[in-house]
Amino acid sequence: MDVVNQLQRQFIDYSASLHREGFLDDQFTQLQKLQDDNSPDFVVEVASLFFEDCEKLINNMARALEQQQGVDFKQVDASVHQLKGSSSSIGAMRVKDVCIAFRSFCEAQNREGCLRCLQQVTHEYSLLKNKLQTLFRLQQQILAAGGSIPVVE
Amino acid sequence: MRVGRVISDENDSFPVGMRVLAVDDDPTCLLLLETLLTKCKYNVTTTSQAITALKMLRENKNKFDLVISDVHMPDMDGFKLLELVGLEMDLPVIMLSANGDTKLVMKGITHGACDYLLKPVRIEELQNIWQHVIRRKKFDRKDRNGSGSQDKPYIDSSEAAGLGNVDQNGKFNKKRKDQNEDEDEERDENGHDNEDLSTQKKPRVVWSVELHRKFVAAVNQLGIEKAVPKKILELMDVENLTRENVASHLQKFRLYLKRISCVANQQANMAAALGSVDSTHLRMGTMNGLGNFHTLAGPDQIHNAAFRSFQHSGVLRRLNTPSGVGISGLPSSGLVQLSPVQNLGNTSTNQSKLQSFVIPGNHNANILQGMPMSLEFDQLQNNRAASHVGQFPSVDNTTVLPVSSISASLIDAGCSSSPLLGVTSNSLLLEGSSQLPTLHARNLRDSVSGFPNRSTLSDFTSIAPASNQLHGSKADIQDQASPISCNAGKIISSAPQDWNAPKKDAPYQSNVPSCSINSLRAVNGDMAWLGQCLDQNNPIFNRNVGFDFVDPLSIKFSEGENLAMEPSVIEKEGYLMVQPSRQGSYIPDNEDENFAMEPSVIEKEGYLIVQPRRQGSYIPGNLGSLEDLASAITKQDHDKGKPTDGDFGYNDYSLRTCI
Repeated sequence: MDVVNQLQRQFIDYSASLHREGFLDDQFTQLQKLQDDNSPDFVVEVASLFFEDCEKLINNMARALEQQQGVDFKQVDASVHQLKGSSSSIGAMRVKDVCIAFRSFCEAQNREGCLRCLQQVTHEYSLLKNKLQTLFRLQQQILAAGGSIPVVE
Repeated sequence: MRVGRVISDENDSFPVGMRVLAVDDDPTCLLLLETLLTKCKYNVTTTSQAITALKMLRENKNKFDLVISDVHMPDMDGFKLLELVGLEMDLPVIMLSANGDTKLVMKGITHGACDYLLKPVRIEELQNIWQHVIRRKKFDRKDRNGSGSQDKPYIDSSEAAGLGNVDQNGKFNKKRKDQNEDEDEERDENGHDNEDLSTQKKPRVVWSVELHRKFVAAVNQLGIEKAVPKKILELMDVENLTRENVASHLQKFRLYLKRISCVANQQANMAAALGSVDSTHLRMGTMNGLGNFHTLAGPDQIHNAAFRSFQHSGVLRRLNTPSGVGISGLPSSGLVQLSPVQNLGNTSTNQSKLQSFVIPGNHNANILQGMPMSLEFDQLQNNRAASHVGQFPSVDNTTVLPVSSISASLIDAGCSSSPLLGVTSNSLLLEGSSQLPTLHARNLRDSVSGFPNRSTLSDFTSIAPASNQLHGSKADIQDQASPISCNAGKIISSAPQDWNAPKKDAPYQSNVPSCSINSLRAVNGDMAWLGQCLDQNNPIFNRNVGFDFVDPLSIKFSEGENLAMEPSVIEKEGYLMVQPSRQGSYIPDNEDENFAMEPSVIEKEGYLIVQPRRQGSYIPGNLGSLEDLASAITKQDHDKGKPTDGDFGYNDYSLRTCI
């Protein structure tokens, strides 16, 4: 099962790097632990939901910030708040951190700052999405090869 | 929405299979929550909409053991849901949020949450949430066992439950829910069996408007300090009602009052700043809730002002037209006694502190000024009311709370979710002076909104019949009174000089409604028993329901609307009833929240009933004309056969605002 071992090692390394770089935090590990036979695709499911939600929220924020007549910061703040909640629930640490900064700009009603944060959020979100997709692909490969997903602590 | 696995034998293997309802608009979090809860072996049902959650809960109150809800939701504020669930279903609710701000957590607690979790939520935290369910049950049991000591269980339970929502079966149907469409009609069933999680099988008691009215009256009669479940139970004389039911209800009421008192305090302060009659009225209005007055404890002046203005309105009405005066509260001395709501301090929402405001019998225009309205409020906290009240004829402090009970019942009837507004009968101090302190509507509103999730008792302030003053000598009062006498609507016409309400004629009305609106949340339209709900007041209430009426300007709204209550007020049995619009959607929240439901709430049965205190509150001394007035009023009341007072001997002028 050399292939499996190799894949597993790849998986572990990749996971570790994601953690190291701050893309994921401990919460993600918790999610992985929750995955079991009863819900074998749990992590993928949660991640997909998160991406969908994220896109929707980013769009909302963009629209709100684009308003020329007057930005409804409350609305932006609500969206950021929700994004913060969901990103922290999934363990998307970098996204969450941007959200925290984003919120203070919202409170200060700083449109420029908000726009900058929005850009950052979008960027982080795309990065994370790619990385997770890679990770999931590795997972699939391991499973397809007959192995099991190693738990990364 | 997904339903988790059904696990049988839940009773035996508790907490396994504990039925949890999870509400969160964020799908990621919801899925995560569901998975975590399932991992804890609970029986999970999820929904992303608060409205759906409420619907499910209402369909079958015994379907769930625990509710976990997000704070930030688009269709309904989490705190509101929290309150509604607490009041209607009396289930433990855990709040969930990504924001762990102390203020928010505090808000959760005051609204009755038994716990506040931060996102991302960990499984370890969820593994212990079943304790809240058990704790609640245990306290119920304890209440049952402990015969005389009503305090202990309350304290314990409140501490334990974190929010004084330990009540077995009491349900408060106070607030009106936004979604009133699904609202049940007033339920009068008692002893509705429910299957508890544990082995305890307590029939669920539904606190209907009528029941709550009795409760409030009993509490008023006993005095907030002396109101012990046993005595309350005796006074209420309701079959199938246990001491425990009353105890838990009382706890909620106290919590509610406390919340209101905080709000009232703020409002009082604001009102002081305003110093206009309007505000006073407003505040008074808001203070109608029992709690409100207490909260007004703030600046004395403010209170006074508030009372004054309020009283003017109410009292004027009454004084001038004993027969027609809507304020039946002036019976004996025309003073409504503000009984210190001791429980304001309590977080238990159920305590309805009826404050009876003491209406100074003297005709000094400024008597009220000196009157520490805040006293009443303070009293609540410190039970110092006596000292303050001293200034006024000592009327007992029974707050008039038929309103509250009424409102409570109304609320029940109308909106299941509406919190029961504690009705605090604030005796309206009769103020001869024309400067009626402006009760900051906001206070009222705040206090009302501060309703703990469980007990939102409609507060109503009893308007101390300042009428005697009005009646009498004081020029101020007279001025003010005269309008009142002329017609209810005009009670305060002269009073609120500062009032920018468009219609000066009905200042009182507006005030009242505002007051009541604030305090009374979902008052049922069915409060017909109250006497005469003034339909006309709806407009006023409508506005205020959302606690917006806190704003003195809110009266303005009412003005525009149909303050028709006047005639009815006067004619009826001396009640000043302001009937807000009926929708009964209770918008519990606080000043910042703008509940769309407001209008609806108003629509429902909100009555602002000001029921002056009857015989009990006789204010010796200065009463002079007040006495005459009072007796006239009393007679009138008797003649009118006030429905509400009769039973409880509660003569306070209670404004019942149904919202």
